[in-house]
Amino acid sequence: MRRLALIAVPYLWLLALFLVPFIIVLKISLSDYALSIPPYSPTLDLSTGWQGIKSFFGALDFENFTFLTTDDLYWKAYLSSVKIAVVATLCTLLVGYPIAYGMANAPDHWRPTLMMLVILPFWTSFLIRVYSWMGILSTEGYLNQLLIGMGLISEPLMILNTNTAVYIGIVYTYLPFMILPIYATLERMDASLLEAAEDLGCSRMQAFWLVTFPLSRNGIIAGCFLVFIPTIGEFVIPALLGGSDTLMIGKVLWEEFFNNRDWPVASAVAVILLLILIIPIILFQRNEQKQREAEG
Amino acid sequence: MSQTVFEPWNDPDAKPLIQFKGVTKRFGDFTAIDDQTFDIYEREFFALLGPSGCGKTTMMRMLAGFEAPTEGTIWLDGQDIAPIPPNKRAVNMMFQSYALFPHLSVWDNIAFGLKRDGLPRDAIGDRVAEMLKLTRLEKFAKRKPHQISGGQRQRVALARSLAKAPKLLLLDEPLGALDAKLRQDTQFELMDIQETTGTTFVIVTHDQEEAMTVASRVAVMDDGRIMQADTPANIYEMPNSVYVADFIGDVTILEGTATRSGNGYDITFAEGQPSLHAESEIALTDGSRAALAIRPEKVSISAERPEDKRNALQGKILDIAYLGNLSTYHVELPSGQIVKAQAANTRRLSRRSFTWEDEVWISWTDTAAVLLEA
Ligand SMILES: Nc1ncnc2c1ncn2[C@@H]1O[C@H](COP(=O)(O)OP(=O)(O)OP(=O)(O)O)[C@@H](O)[C@H]1O
Ligand SMILES: [Mg+2]
Repeated sequence: MRRLALIAVPYLWLLALFLVPFIIVLKISLSDYALSIPPYSPTLDLSTGWQGIKSFFGALDFENFTFLTTDDLYWKAYLSSVKIAVVATLCTLLVGYPIAYGMANAPDHWRPTLMMLVILPFWTSFLIRVYSWMGILSTEGYLNQLLIGMGLISEPLMILNTNTAVYIGIVYTYLPFMILPIYATLERMDASLLEAAEDLGCSRMQAFWLVTFPLSRNGIIAGCFLVFIPTIGEFVIPALLGGSDTLMIGKVLWEEFFNNRDWPVASAVAVILLLILIIPIILFQRNEQKQREAEG
Repeated sequence: MSQTVFEPWNDPDAKPLIQFKGVTKRFGDFTAIDDQTFDIYEREFFALLGPSGCGKTTMMRMLAGFEAPTEGTIWLDGQDIAPIPPNKRAVNMMFQSYALFPHLSVWDNIAFGLKRDGLPRDAIGDRVAEMLKLTRLEKFAKRKPHQISGGQRQRVALARSLAKAPKLLLLDEPLGALDAKLRQDTQFELMDIQETTGTTFVIVTHDQEEAMTVASRVAVMDDGRIMQADTPANIYEMPNSVYVADFIGDVTILEGTATRSGNGYDITFAEGQPSLHAESEIALTDGSRAALAIRPEKVSISAERPEDKRNALQGKILDIAYLGNLSTYHVELPSGQIVKAQAANTRRLSRRSFTWEDEVWISWTDTAAVLLEA
């Protein structure tokens, strides 16, 4: 009985915070656009009883999903989002791994401070931090001022409103999500393994690639998913730092909802996005479970 | 025996493989190894024995290259090894914690060092197969370290360090987790390997019997110092200090004042007790403190005072430890000291000649006890 209660808690949680909203969105995506409040039909009218339910379900259809396939904007946006997310995740890994490695090899008394520095940016609003990048990257921004001042360039670099700015923003924002899981695996690693590797004839470099890197695999996978999953649906960063040619599904979603007020199509976009994300989420869960089994 | 005795440490012309020259190792202000100078010769089986925390692992780690001496130098094969990194030393170490690679199978763990040497594929395969057979791990080759038992892990670690057939092999408690039978087999296996490959072994063990069985020399350590390094027989029969006598095997220590007499000394150890005589070559001034170390098996126990032995004391049996083939009697003297005497159990237990509270005589010969400076 107690066990049942324990299992029930996460499931209720999932039901309330994920399944119910999802069903609502799914329902809207199957509805039709209407000039009313809310801006779609049909709505469920229980006062007419069985007849009402029947006509309600009869009015639902997949029209919006078919619509998504007719306009190539949508699949291009999905594809471009995935591409941006993949590239950004790899960049974050390239930046994050050395930082995590440095932290794990820092003297013991330094580690809490370093950890703190990684988490520190979370103390200010995400929006403000992304805004401040506009100030840094714009043509008259600090970065260009600095580079021109140092005489490295004569013309200001056009970074803001390009994909490069989006990558910088994503790497900056999600870096802690990459660092922390990698740091956790590196820090747990037994130092005598590296000694054993060296003892058996490895150079430091070989020991890293043959021992440290494979043993931090789980941290890398976890970090990559933690960056990749939210990045695909990212809206704020491309909206603020990206240009007109930055195509991301989060932005399309926003425009459908708030500019076109076409809730059904926006919902359909969201449902597809979710289906795309379910694949990496399941892979991520698998990885976590395998890791637990290996350790248990 | 027709074989010449293997005693390079007594041969002034022999060239040592390893030389510690005034080696001190400090961690902060804690001295783990205290100014040690000693040699280890090629083909030796050198056992380090000592209480936990006395510096055995530290000694090994300095040889393997993971710690640098704070002072002094270590020479391997006539070369100062300080500038040589661990991966360039012809030394392999079996770690006390095993340090198996958790992401690699047993097979890959053993092959790890061989692959680094760039050996051809089938040579690696053959060597790994040989090691698996030696350590009886054939069935587990494909398993990961977390899928095998503690003793099996220990054998993987042993196999991995043996695989490269290094010039010097450092084994930090290699057999601790094995059952008695397997441990004995592996001990003989190690001695075999040593004989066939000529590898020099330095082995840490907490098991005295093991050290006695396998070692050419045993070094008894205490607090960062080697107290005595000698053959197992000499360590046991001729300890150079009370510490060594007490650490190795079972012993009774009687402390008293020494007076020169004949070929040795008379020791007065308690009021109202006869003085004891021990032949000895050590030089003591009359009236100085000395300790007698007597092994229980050299003490006889009898109901009547034996006529032929000068050292005879009367006491009462306080305790009997039954060891199967032997029994150790703890005999309390009227002055309070307890002397241990061992006798073979030639009769059935129920027909044993002595029992608790019996008044008995214990005795030993003039050469049985070892006289040491207290
Ligand atoms: N890195 C280190 N920093 C500080 N002290 C250390 C370090 N390594 C070892 N010591 C200390 O040096 C002493 C010797 O340690 P060592 O590991 O050599 O002991 P040991 O003889 O191998 O003991 P055991 O039989 O328990 O394995 C211990 O008191 C230990 O606490
Ligand atoms: Mg140790």
